[in-house]
Amino acid sequence: MEQKCVCDKIKKEMKKILEKYPKEKDRLIAILNDVQERFGYIPKQAQLEISDYLSIPMAEIYGVITFYSRFTLAPKGKYNISVCLGTACFVKGAKSLLDRAQEKLKIKPGEVTPDGKFSIDDVRCVGACGLAPVFMVNDEVYGNATVKKLDEVIDKYASEE
Amino acid sequence: MKTIAEIESIRKEKREELDLRVNLKSNAVEKHILVCRGTGCTSSKSPKIIENFRRIIEEKGIKNVRVVQTGCFGLCAKGPIVIIRPEETFYAHVTPEDCEEIIQSHICEGKKVERLLCKDVNGEIVKKLDDLNFYKKQKRIALKNCGVIDPEQIDEYIAFDGYKALEKVLTSMKPDEVIDVISKSGLRGRGGAGFPTGKKWSFAKNEKSDQKYVICNADEGDPGAFMDRSILEGDPNCVLEAMAIAGYAIGANQGYIYVRAEYPIAVDRLKIAINQAREYGLLGKNIFNSGFDFDIDIRLGAGAFVCGEETALLESIEGKRGQPRVKPPYPASQGLFGKPTIINNVETLANVTKIILNGADWFASIGTENSKGTKVFALGGNVNNVGLVEVPMGTTLREIVFDIGGGIPNGRKFKAAQTGGPSGGCIPAEHLDTPIDYESLSSIGSMMGSGGLIVMDDSKCMVDIARFYLDFTVSESCGKCTPCRIGTKRMLEILTRMCEGKGEADDLYKLELLANSIKKSAICGLGQTAPNPVLSTMKYFKDEYIEHVSYNMCRAGQCKELCEITIDPQKCKGCGLCKRNCPVHAISGEPKQVHKIDQDLCIKCGTCVDKCPFKAISK
Repeated sequence: MEQKCVCDKIKKEMKKILEKYPKEKDRLIAILNDVQERFGYIPKQAQLEISDYLSIPMAEIYGVITFYSRFTLAPKGKYNISVCLGTACFVKGAKSLLDRAQEKLKIKPGEVTPDGKFSIDDVRCVGACGLAPVFMVNDEVYGNATVKKLDEVIDKYASEE
Repeated sequence: MKTIAEIESIRKEKREELDLRVNLKSNAVEKHILVCRGTGCTSSKSPKIIENFRRIIEEKGIKNVRVVQTGCFGLCAKGPIVIIRPEETFYAHVTPEDCEEIIQSHICEGKKVERLLCKDVNGEIVKKLDDLNFYKKQKRIALKNCGVIDPEQIDEYIAFDGYKALEKVLTSMKPDEVIDVISKSGLRGRGGAGFPTGKKWSFAKNEKSDQKYVICNADEGDPGAFMDRSILEGDPNCVLEAMAIAGYAIGANQGYIYVRAEYPIAVDRLKIAINQAREYGLLGKNIFNSGFDFDIDIRLGAGAFVCGEETALLESIEGKRGQPRVKPPYPASQGLFGKPTIINNVETLANVTKIILNGADWFASIGTENSKGTKVFALGGNVNNVGLVEVPMGTTLREIVFDIGGGIPNGRKFKAAQTGGPSGGCIPAEHLDTPIDYESLSSIGSMMGSGGLIVMDDSKCMVDIARFYLDFTVSESCGKCTPCRIGTKRMLEILTRMCEGKGEADDLYKLELLANSIKKSAICGLGQTAPNPVLSTMKYFKDEYIEHVSYNMCRAGQCKELCEITIDPQKCKGCGLCKRNCPVHAISGEPKQVHKIDQDLCIKCGTCVDKCPFKAISK
């Protein structure tokens, strides 16, 4: 019953999103970007709706979703920690930030903690090279980062409800 | 919809109003507080700074002061940056809490806030922008308006000769003449490969078709590069204007800008600019009453490096997986939706309007014999002045790293500079005096690339750097052709085992063989250039590779499996600073006693090495 509830909600939201676009196949990526932003991932129900709307087979949509790193098939944690691994950050020690985040939260990049609170991403260049090394928690940027600062930030969010 | 005369009157009126932005000697009673709203400064709270300035000015009822958001000033390392004109006072690392003091002291009492004034590498206070070494050797063409105008106000762009080039082209030039000027100027593609822009345009012009397209490639995927983003954020209109000019030259009525979704600020500014241009009739039907129609749409990328390759980009705009097509046919004959298409990089387009206005000869007089004009670099890594620089072609690497970049921080030595990102190579100290242009860079095993320039100091392991780039290419390979899909993966495995101390005797030979075969056989630019970081480091830093394989040694101490962090008992005073700062509690010891590191717990982050005041800890 609950499952159906979620599906209905997604259907309703999808209607709103799809209305904005003409029924042209080249709009697929734009629509997926919208869906990803709205739900934080691309639910199967949404893929079905898009498939109907644009007349593109599900398999093809799945192929596009898995090709682009921005699209995900499962939701991220409440606090998504993205460690920048662009070159500027890398030469300033970003790898040790990523190692530390993995060690502390006991998950790998792309995974979510069992309580759904944290997830880790390794991203390529968030564009704040002047502040390297950089990590982000959701949209908040932490520049000139150190392992210690990362620890503090994770602890802060972990203690929050 | 505005006529030419109306645009001209906006230009005149606004230019007078904004004169104090570029004229140091301006007698204007007004003051403009310019705050950088590029991505770097925005992430360190510049929107809040603008908000505070505006609020305080209103509360105090101050007249004749305007707070303006601008694009990137270039010196990102000093951000957030606030510049007050006309006197050009440069405040660095400003926080939202500093606004009150700046307004009270600088604006109300006429006293500069000393503690916030920008300091150069030697710690000396910089009075004016132009006094900074960082700006002295630069020549701004593509970045001309960045940091000067508010990118969300088309009027400010028009004030500084905006849309004048389009007017000139539409009212007094034939398409062939436009292409002729661009060809004569010697402008080459700034996206990496350096194909002559005029030639690209003429190919597309000569195709017969009912529909043609102009595409701006703003899919800047190269990690550590942010030139295109800064242009789009600081001066989006110059790209739109150039696209319209290109459209007129080749006979296209529709343009697309393919931009990364990871650049939200740039996307917003582009949307605003397109809407404003449409409102003025500078995009749309019958521009300047010339009968020429041109419109532009934005298409978002979704995080795939390979989409910077032109044919992969076309696939992506068509809504498919971004896999490169086999060439020929080239996009100029069969591009987007099978129609003739030109694809130009953001920086290339940013030069076009200036070439039309100032003439081909002017542009051709800058730079070297085969590489004309300037190049924008995103200077990053282990260098003091991290930021965006634009220099004439032919400037040496030494000038960029040491004069403009202010050298290497923390008393370390220069080891290598990496240009061209994952497609480029590492340039060692012996080639620091090479004048930078397309040919000279490829002759020393690197390439111009889009303009990322990462400086590395002697604490970097070159094998690890090569592994880092290969890791990038492997995860970004689209999987279409075998050499790239499988070959780069095998190369990564070899490099990884070298870094872990498990290298085998013939690994070096295998690596080189693989690299050269991939170079020859991959179908697109990504695969063909993927081995470059490995080949160039093998050429210039072969000793390090041999040390990794034969002696299980990493001289830079970066490869964790090959190094141990130890405390010198002779030098340790037992201050406990290392113990307190160790994130994994691997260090033990009583106060005033020699401390010890538990090697099983140590993650080799190096925090203790940096923290020790007695230099007792080493890798």
